[in-house]
Amino acid sequence: MRRLLNPVTLLSALVLVVTLIAVIWPGLLAPYDPFDSVGDARLEAPSAAHLFGTDALARDVFSRVVYGARLSLLAAVLATTAGAVLGGLVGLISGTAGGRVDFAIMRVIDVMLAIPGILLALIVVASLGFGAVSIAIGVGLGATGSFARVMRAQVMRIRNEEYIEAARTMGLRRPTILFRHVMPNASQPIVAMASTELALAILAVSALSFLGFGAQPPTPEWGSLVSDGRQFIATAPWLSIMPGSVILVVVLAVNGLARNLGGNR
Amino acid sequence: MSAAPVLRVTNLHVTYGSGSARHHAVRGVDLELGAGRILAVVGESGSGKSTVANAVLGLLPDGARLTEGVVEVEGVHLTAMRERALRRVRGDIVGYVPQDPSRSLNPVLRIGEQIAEALRRHTDLNRADAAARAVEILDEVGIPDPELRARQYPHELSGGLRQRVLIGIAWACTPQLVVADEPTSALDVTVQRHVLDRMEELRAAHGTAVLLITHDLAVAADRADDIVVMQHGQIVESGKAAEVLSNPQHEYTRALVGAAPGLHSARMLPRVEPAAVTAGTSDAPLLTVRGLQKTYPGDGGAGAVHAVKGVDLDIRRRETFAIVGESGSGKSTTARMIARIIDSDSGEIRFDGEDLTAMEGERLRRFRQYIQVVFQNPVGSLDPRMTVERLVTEPLRAQRFLSRRERAATARELLDQVRLGPEHLERRPAQLSGGQAQRVAIARALAVRPELLVLDEPVSALDVSVQEQVLQLLVDLQAEHGLTYLFISHDLAVVRQISDSIAVMSKGEVLERGPAAEVLSDPRSEYTRELLAAIPGQVTAS
Repeated sequence: MRRLLNPVTLLSALVLVVTLIAVIWPGLLAPYDPFDSVGDARLEAPSAAHLFGTDALARDVFSRVVYGARLSLLAAVLATTAGAVLGGLVGLISGTAGGRVDFAIMRVIDVMLAIPGILLALIVVASLGFGAVSIAIGVGLGATGSFARVMRAQVMRIRNEEYIEAARTMGLRRPTILFRHVMPNASQPIVAMASTELALAILAVSALSFLGFGAQPPTPEWGSLVSDGRQFIATAPWLSIMPGSVILVVVLAVNGLARNLGGNR
Repeated sequence: MSAAPVLRVTNLHVTYGSGSARHHAVRGVDLELGAGRILAVVGESGSGKSTVANAVLGLLPDGARLTEGVVEVEGVHLTAMRERALRRVRGDIVGYVPQDPSRSLNPVLRIGEQIAEALRRHTDLNRADAAARAVEILDEVGIPDPELRARQYPHELSGGLRQRVLIGIAWACTPQLVVADEPTSALDVTVQRHVLDRMEELRAAHGTAVLLITHDLAVAADRADDIVVMQHGQIVESGKAAEVLSNPQHEYTRALVGAAPGLHSARMLPRVEPAAVTAGTSDAPLLTVRGLQKTYPGDGGAGAVHAVKGVDLDIRRRETFAIVGESGSGKSTTARMIARIIDSDSGEIRFDGEDLTAMEGERLRRFRQYIQVVFQNPVGSLDPRMTVERLVTEPLRAQRFLSRRERAATARELLDQVRLGPEHLERRPAQLSGGQAQRVAIARALAVRPELLVLDEPVSALDVSVQEQVLQLLVDLQAEHGLTYLFISHDLAVVRQISDSIAVMSKGEVLERGPAAEVLSDPRSEYTRELLAAIPGQVTAS
């Protein structure tokens, strides 16, 4: 119970609840339509009426950020899940098989880890075409290597546990041992790691759409919102700063929660 | 006893945690220990005995708080001291022998340096003199080749030698008081004896007062002048060692004395009617082992370990056959080959006439129902994520015994057999005590009605009173189900209580084998005699 009272955890949880509402019911938080101009007020500074100001087409930036949450976060969650599942399976195979199979898999993982994740994602997006889904696949693939490494280490540790030996003396089949005993016990660190990876994925997804590989206009997305504001950075800096700050706060919140949940193990 | 005691502990209270999680570990303990005497604090896990030791050293772990009470050494109040002053006291006036010799030495420092470190902290010896003195100390604690050993790293020494080094460090500055927290629990019996002998010699030579913390009543009986028995953080009985043991007043002490395997010698008898022998069962041994060998490969053949060198065994039906040996004797490797956990290099294992070593794949998997295993570490052998119900019925699923509904009913029956109530069905291993977990492991092993149970050190990880109960349970179950046991143990005292036949192993070979009574009363090999002599608690028992 005590860890819930930790102010960092509490604040992080609060931020994430608000973010979740933005993902599921953006209409509850956004005061305006994200696609329509709100009159003639172009490039207006933040005010009570327009919390984050308005953009060059007189759209309410706050509303666009709220509506953008869905695409940005879904892509990040998809990326992390893909990375965890794929990496987990690869690690499971590698750790169980051992020998040459393990060696071959781990060398491929080494190569993947040698390429910076964002570059790997760029290659994937370039070959699959622009869009949120290909960004998610690209970012997910970039995270696969570290997930596989962690899973493999876990499997190799669990494989030598006495209860695995006990399972063999009971006469359980190998796949049964693998999926009923090894995998559930090896997965805990993967779950903990996924929560920290999620924060990185949000950043990576935003970075890629900032570079223009993501959702195409007028669909709002956090990275592209920051990018849109770039041309007005001297006259209307809030266009970039506001969505940028939102990314920052959400990433910090995910990290803050992940660390507290993970550190409690 | 001299007039002023070296150590006086008055009304000591220690708590762990805070709020609702607060746990009162030590509740009002009083101790008095005079120069040159050994006071043993005896208790089982959770009794608070180690916390008392930590409090005396001023080394309570994080989260523990000394809420009340005074610790005085040589009339000085340690409890009122600041950490800096305490550091001077530790090592200089109070020495400490920790429990686990494998983790208590710094692995990257040479042995000599570690002793010299203590000397230089508390005396004004210079570097060269401290190094020379360190070698002398190694010699004093009976370490052969002290010059060589001083230059070695901890991993190059065996557990027994490491523990002697730690004893040397504890006595390096000739302290008035030495606190030894389970100093020999991690050691083999013969090594334990040598290590304890060294401690007694040093005590006699320097007139040191020794506070000996132990779970082993037999060790206390052999070595201590006075005994204090602790339970639930309180002292339930104290007095002269001989009196406490021969005439225990408190119920708990009586239970402990009754349970201590070293203190009595009889074979346990089943408390149930033995099952009738089924007609037609042959007299041929259930398990015969011939010329069994195993070598663990080392790096490039150089470090290869010949763990088992041609072992022959004959295990009769319904008997308990014990393999006794110290660590590295090859007893566990032998058992693991018989249970087909690891493969043998050569030799044959025949179970009811069938050659086990030739069995592979599906046939071996099905055959496993006849041989089940109970492991040493009760909690470690149970999958932490499963409930007891799933754990005990898992072999049934593996061997396709019974339907789903029948299995649920069987889980209750199995728990009932090992004297556990149905309320345990929904628990997970972490919620069980060591004894309960081992009962669950036994229930699981019984689920598929095996003929042979391989028991690999099944009670070594348990408290003595629990150990006694589990052994009795095994004896009862054997009678009830007509089971055959292969019992692996390092502890002759335990073996004496349960076995019908004994094989003594050392360095991969069987030195001696025969009926338990013969081997124990009239050992033929020198090694067996040494093992028997090393069992603590015999002076008091006879």
